[in-house]
Amino acid sequence: MVAQARAPSAAPGAPAGTAIDRRRQYYRFIYPALAIILAVIVFPWLFTLYMSVHEWKVGSAREFVGFDNYLKLAADQRFRESVGHTLYFTFLAVLLPLGFGTLAALVFHRDFPLRGLLRTIFILPMMATPVAVALVWTMMFHPQLGVLNYLLGLAGIPPHTWVYSPGTVISSLVLVEIWHWTPLVMLIVLGGLAAAPTEPYESAVIDGASRFQMFRYITLPLIMPFIVVAAVIRTIDALKTFDTIYVITQGGPGTSSETINIFLYLQAFAFYNIGYASAVVVVFFVLVVMLSLLLLYLRQRAKWT
Amino acid sequence: MDLTAKLKRLLDRGLFALSVLVVVSPAALVILWMLSLSMKTELENMEYPPVFLPGEFTLRNYVTVFENSPFGRYLWNSIVVSGLSTLVALLVGVPAGYGIAKAQAWRLAVLTLIARMTPGLSFLIPLYILFQFVGLVGTLWPMVIIHLVITVPIVVYVMISFFETLPPDLEEAALIDGCTAWQAFRHVALPLARPGIVVGAILSFIFSWNNFIFGAVLAGRETRTLPVAVYNVLTFEQVAWGPLAAAALIVTLPVLVLTVVIQKEIVSGLTAGSVKGG
Repeated sequence: MVAQARAPSAAPGAPAGTAIDRRRQYYRFIYPALAIILAVIVFPWLFTLYMSVHEWKVGSAREFVGFDNYLKLAADQRFRESVGHTLYFTFLAVLLPLGFGTLAALVFHRDFPLRGLLRTIFILPMMATPVAVALVWTMMFHPQLGVLNYLLGLAGIPPHTWVYSPGTVISSLVLVEIWHWTPLVMLIVLGGLAAAPTEPYESAVIDGASRFQMFRYITLPLIMPFIVVAAVIRTIDALKTFDTIYVITQGGPGTSSETINIFLYLQAFAFYNIGYASAVVVVFFVLVVMLSLLLLYLRQRAKWT
Repeated sequence: MDLTAKLKRLLDRGLFALSVLVVVSPAALVILWMLSLSMKTELENMEYPPVFLPGEFTLRNYVTVFENSPFGRYLWNSIVVSGLSTLVALLVGVPAGYGIAKAQAWRLAVLTLIARMTPGLSFLIPLYILFQFVGLVGTLWPMVIIHLVITVPIVVYVMISFFETLPPDLEEAALIDGCTAWQAFRHVALPLARPGIVVGAILSFIFSWNNFIFGAVLAGRETRTLPVAVYNVLTFEQVAWGPLAAAALIVTLPVLVLTVVIQKEIVSGLTAGSVKGG
């Protein structure tokens, strides 16, 4: 604690100093945390930029290559496919939890017996350890012994290949993602519902509006800002999804569920192409920021019109 | 007329109860299924159609997990890594949250937000090289240090939002009485902040505990944390579902219990910002 060393400095009766001085006092509280943030967060960012313009394999000499890594990346078929997988996965893993989460929030907004307990059970998935979640789903996806195919069978639907065929692997992984992250969307939207005023509903009831009309024309506009926040958070998280995909499929079968993050992991820690992987990090980061900004922009535009 | 109104209300209630059931059951069923798998014999786990309620409840799988691998050691590693990194995060993060809220240093707040947007791997590659260079690989220290990437932003963020809502009157009175800023923080704001500190500590511990990727790369055989150990059970050993489910439950049970403890705080909006790390 840096600040602790300061003896009581302001003698009684001394001028308290300007507002700026007072604010400056508080900077000292921040320095230790700032030092750590600089070391483990900012330094890695800068070092990544530096590495990304070098040809760098672990164990061999590095060589400055300018933008070669980026150019190579643009031409890399496997990387391009991983971008496609990521966008497809993200689109579904944002949209579906948003829909289900909003519906669940409408349910939990009403008062009913055991609501607290049931809501706690409902949010358990989002806190559960992703690796543990992935293991259980791996067992549930099992083509012969898995409980999912058994349940499908009960409903008279033929067994599904889930994560074991290239055509269905991503949508099956989205299913895990929905299970895992719908609670987060629910909580954010629930906060929006709690903050919504009640007057519009009262007058709507007097005007004889139907329940759907009330949802469409009163509730939805009121909670829209919260849905957008949830969408931004969900987009960032979905793009970054690693644990569940890596544990369940490792990007397979073949490379059919290889997202940017998995591609990045393999480049860095299976092939040890440090420079190349760093270029992927930079591109990936730009993609995350761009998509988040796009969503925020859409929200602003929705406000203006 | 009265009767149809009553019927309609009854139907309405029935439909609502059904929707509650539909909403809650996926979460409940998957967790119960994990529990069921972990308490059945291997014979029952391999049966088709699946057995839902074990014929006889057995804890054999849990014993197997600890017998077959040094799971106790991995449990300890997880406690040390998440505990220490949370402790350091509290030591620096609580004053920082206070300082940022007081000095209104929002640029720093934004920095931690950007940290949240960045994929965990982008911290991992440079720090991995650094740790190799310094020669720390093989000890628990690299794990503790890299977990600060998760814990520090969470604590800072939770504390900023907590100190912002704290009325400033008391500290101002202390300052007028001749306290230094540090004394006002230490003796006035800090005791009031205990609930916020508890929430920040639990959230940072949970997200550090859950992290897989840092350990997957940095940890050696001796320094694995639980999620990494469980993943290795899946890949390297004869895949037996019972022990696997038992191992998964051992990893995630502490987290589920902590979640129940602070569910009120989680619900009351701490989620809206940035709690998830890595």
